[in-house]
Formats: sequence, structure tokens, C-alpha cells
Amino acid sequence: MKTIYMDNNATTQVAREVVEVMLPYFHDLYGNPSSMHSFGGQVGRKLREAREQVARLIGASPEEIIFTSCGTESDNAAIRSALMSQPGKRHVVTSRVEHPAVKGLCTQLVHEGYRVTEVGVDSEGRLDMDQYKRSLTSETAVVSLMWANNETGVIFPVEEAARMARSRGILFHSDAVQAVGKIPINMQESVMDMLSISGHKLHGPKGIGVLYLRKGTKFYPYLIGGHQEQGRRAGTENTPSIIGLGKACELAAQNMEAENTRVKELRDKLEETLLARVPRSRVNGDRVHRLPNTSNISFEYVEGEGILLMMDEHGICASSGSACTSGSLQPSHVLRAMGVPFTMAHGSIRFSLSVYNTEEEIDYVIDRLPPILEQLRSMSPYWTAGEGACASQG
Amino acid sequence: MVPAAFGGELPTWRKEICMWEYTDKTKEHFLHPRNVGDMEDADAVAEVGSIACGDALKLYLKLDENQRIVDARFKTFGCASAIASSSALTEMVKGMTLEDAEKVTDKQIADFLGGLPKEKMHCSVMGREALLKAISNYRGAPEPAVEGNVVCECFGVTDVEVERAIRENNLATVEDITNYTKAGGGCGSCVDTLQEILQQVRSEMTAAPPPRPKMTNLQKIKKIEETLEREIRPALRQDGGDIELVDVVGNRVLVATRGACATCQASAQTLENFVEKKLRELVWPELVVEEVSS
Repeated sequence: MKTIYMDNNATTQVAREVVEVMLPYFHDLYGNPSSMHSFGGQVGRKLREAREQVARLIGASPEEIIFTSCGTESDNAAIRSALMSQPGKRHVVTSRVEHPAVKGLCTQLVHEGYRVTEVGVDSEGRLDMDQYKRSLTSETAVVSLMWANNETGVIFPVEEAARMARSRGILFHSDAVQAVGKIPINMQESVMDMLSISGHKLHGPKGIGVLYLRKGTKFYPYLIGGHQEQGRRAGTENTPSIIGLGKACELAAQNMEAENTRVKELRDKLEETLLARVPRSRVNGDRVHRLPNTSNISFEYVEGEGILLMMDEHGICASSGSACTSGSLQPSHVLRAMGVPFTMAHGSIRFSLSVYNTEEEIDYVIDRLPPILEQLRSMSPYWTAGEGACASQG
Repeated sequence: MVPAAFGGELPTWRKEICMWEYTDKTKEHFLHPRNVGDMEDADAVAEVGSIACGDALKLYLKLDENQRIVDARFKTFGCASAIASSSALTEMVKGMTLEDAEKVTDKQIADFLGGLPKEKMHCSVMGREALLKAISNYRGAPEPAVEGNVVCECFGVTDVEVERAIRENNLATVEDITNYTKAGGGCGSCVDTLQEILQQVRSEMTAAPPPRPKMTNLQKIKKIEETLEREIRPALRQDGGDIELVDVVGNRVLVATRGACATCQASAQTLENFVEKKLRELVWPELVVEEVSS
């Protein structure tokens, strides 16, 4: 059975071109880039090239690029550094829909005595800018807002938010893990201080991330014990992955147009056809300000895991905003923050495409999914066949 | 070391269950569930869970003249293992008498499927709940009373449960409360109330001295006896009454009233307003005094 992969916001396939540039650096060119000898030095030169490739994709200069082990490390390093460099300021502003990398850290910060304001979103997942503005105070050390949401694809007005922070002397960090490579980003035209990138979300390898740090921003390293990355991130460089990420960034720039035309058209076809064919379904999140590859659709009165497992039988990979777990059966914090009714939230499915998806695959999903939903709904005590309505109390 | 943020425990929230953690039999019962559907002439019906909770089960039983289950049907809204557990349950109980069906355990349902991931055990619990409720509905037994007042209408969570979760897990935010109890995770209209409860409980927690070490039952009994003798009996005896400690079960302090108290109309108030209040103050704050006839 063929695998139809539509879960690219979880991770992506490493591009063949990326694998090819990486391979020599495992077995043949294994030198340490910090070594004095030319055997290691040639790897150092290659890292410099990769740094330039990454910088080019986001309009930064190479010395503003710090390689880390993942997006989560970049998020942690950025926020911790902002707090350590301003010990008098004990307030952090973030949103209610952040990725766990930021959200979990903020929970920890509350326990450490910091004050955290989580700005809410409306029913379309759009940031409450009035609340955001009000939450910025002279106590605020740093703002961390995601560029684009991993579950819904909704894009925040981060540039506007960054300018508001900047005018009050507050540092601004954005978790741009889902945005980089999918939509154009230019740090030269931005006032943001820090930005997180993850390699495996843009057809690069897992285990590599980037923290963009604007020139002149005070920085307290997260990992200490080496001179690597100009002392800003100790630890021997993950040379194959850095080189792979450089290539992935170069490819992402080349594919940016296809992502925003062809991929977007495929996404729209999938979404519109499913909405038309499946009664009581809806899209979660602002459909205008959204990543071109993401569609989060709720199917009322069915539970997401069942849908995923049945799609799995057909080789279709997607993910769900529902989480049937021991402690909690509640849908994702993102859908809850948006106030998605729970008749809808439990049956939410996220499709996230990439440039590798084809129209044939879209047609396959459009063909297979509606009968799956019919079957699950026929088992649901809340579904009355034919009427498409709630049979008993909710 | 586990960070303090997690109350000394590693975070377990949002642990995703992966497909491959299901047994083949669970998958098979999910993909081809037995006994799905409604039953027009059911003798016993029960609904448990709600759409807000994320899973719900409606169970129908058909009985013969000997109260033996001849047919069972279900409709389930829920994840794969909820559907598989429902299917398993209906297969298992067919042919059983009500007495035997009552004895079916969560574990038996899970075992029927070759085991369930531990995060999914609540799915088998739901099956058993529905079965017991259907039997009890059939027999006409009343629904058990709820402790405290419901704060979260969506999930039916009471203030008592919220308070207990905050204290036991040292919860710091409303979101923590939602993660532990589900309260506030539905429509969100109770979030302000939860915030008030949280502030109240947290201020009590910081004001209170650090938690005392857990008492053994023997220590509890000893301390209760002392307090009864010193603080409570003298007052009761003035009115010709008395009180006796019968047993201690967890937080329940079982007592019997004697003398004038045994026949006094106001003894229930006395127990709650005086005896329980005094014991909570001097022995341990969570105890509940209950009167038993002896």
C-alpha cells in the first residue's frame, strides 16, 4: 500500500538533494570544524557556506545564525536569555495557542516566580491585539509569539506585534518553525530580536535547529562549555545536519513559489471538496491569513482518533486535534482557546501538505474519507442518519 | 530530578497514543465492531459519558424471562479503543445472567481485547459503567448522590473535586485544573469560577502550615479519641448526650450518638457544626463525620 503523507507540520521527508550533501560528512569528511588541520578546516568552510544559505532564506546575516539541536532548544534559549539579560523584569507575554516548546517553558517560568500573560485568540484563531497591547508593561522582559500556528496554520501579525514591543523597549521572539520555508520572511525588514527555526519542518534532517539572534542583542548562552557558535552555543557542531539544513534552506527558497501556488491549490481543492461532500464539517481557523499547506477540518460527532486509524488502513497519514488520553480527553489547547464547540473539536483532522504531494493523492483522500466518516457517524449515539443532526443531548 | 513545576511528577499530559500500541484484536473490533446499533425493545438502557468528555456510550440489553442477557447493542462516540471496548463488552455479556454481568471487570474487557494501552483503560471503564448503570436502571435503583456543587456543567465537575485536585497536585493555573479534572475544558464559562476557587484554595494552602505527615489509622483513632474526650464529650454530656467512635475509613469518621443525642432532632446539626468542625480543626482537615446506627 502506498503511503499518502499529509502530515508535514509534524515532520517532512528529507529532500534527496539534502541527503546527498550530507552523506560525505558522516564517514569520509568526519573532521572537527574547530581543528587546526586542513582535514577539519574543510568541514569548517562547508559550515560557513551552510550558515550563509540559512541566513539568505530569512534575510539575515550569517553571524546572526546560531545552530542548535532543534526548534525547542531555540525557543528555550531565546526566552531564557531574554530573562537573564534583564533580571529586573519578571513578566513574559505569549499567546494561548503556542507550541508546547514555548507553552511548557512558560508554565515552568510561572513556577519559578515569573508572571506570564497568555494573550487569547478569537474563534478564527486570530490574536487579540487589544489584549496584547494592554499586556505590555514596563515589567515585560520578552514577548514570544508564534509566526504561524502548527495546528491551524493561522498566521499572526507578528511584525506589527514586534513593533509594538520594540517601541516599549521589550525584546521580541517568534517561534517561526512552521513559517520558515513556507512563506517569505525577511529579517532585514523586521524589528524582531529572535526567531526559532527547525530543520525537519522544511525537508531538512531532524535534530537541527536555528536561533536567529539580531546583531547587538545581548545573549546569555543556554549551553555553556565551548567556543562553538562564537560561544553562544557550546557543543561540537552537528556537521552533516548543519550542511543538510543549508541545502534545505536553499531548496525552500526555490520552492517558495510552488508552495504558495501549486501546494495551496491542492490544499484548497482538498478542503473545498471535503466540506462540500461531508455534511456538518467546517474549517478551523482564519482561512485568509493561513499557511498555504495547512487545513484543519472538523467533522462533527465523530472522534478524531477513529478517523485517523481508519485513514491509516488506507495509507493516509494526517493528525488530529483530539487527544483521547488517560488524564484528559480534551481537544488541543489551540482549538479550546478558539472556543471550537466540543461537538466539533473532538473530530478535528489536520492535513498538512508539502511540495511532494500530488493531485492524484488529493483525489484519493477525497474519495476515501467521506465513507469513513459515514461509517463512524453511524456508530455515534449523537448522529441521526439522514438528518445530519444531533440525536440526543450534547 | 523532576522539576517542581510538575509537582514532583513527570508531565503526562497529551501523551499521544500511537496506532501500533493497539493489539490486532482491538484493531479488528474497531474496524469491524459487533452489535452496533439501536434496540427498539430493549429491557435495560444506559448512557454514560458525554460528547464534551470525548467519549460516550449508549448500551442496550435484551433479557429473557430468567434475566439472562440474550442480546446487547451499542452506539459509541469515541476513540478506537472506546469502540473496540464497547464491541467486546456486548460480545462478552451475551448469555450472562444479570448477576454474572455485574461481576464483569474493566480488566476482563481489556483482556478480551488482548490488553489496552494503560492510557486507554478508561475506555474499558466506560463499558463497565454503562453495564452497571443499565442493570441498576433496570432494577429501578436511584442514582448516587453527587458530592459538592457542579461548577463545570460541560463535564459535571464539582467544586469539591476541583479543590481536591488543586490541593493534591499543587496546581497553579486554571489550565492545570483543566488538565487534571477537565473542568473548564468545554464551553469555558466556568473559568472565572475556577480562578476564584484556585485563588481561595491557594491562599489557604500558603497560609496553612506545611502538610503534616500522613497519619496511620491507629494514630487517627487515638487523636480522635483524645479530642472527643477533651473537647467534645464535656459539652454533649451537659445535655445528657454522648458520642462514640465506631470506625475510621480513609477520611470518613464513623460515629454513633448515645443518650439524649441519639433521640435528639438536632443531633445532625450538632455533628456537622460542632463535632466535625472541631475534629477537622484539631485532627485533620479533610475528615468527614458520618453517623452510623450501632
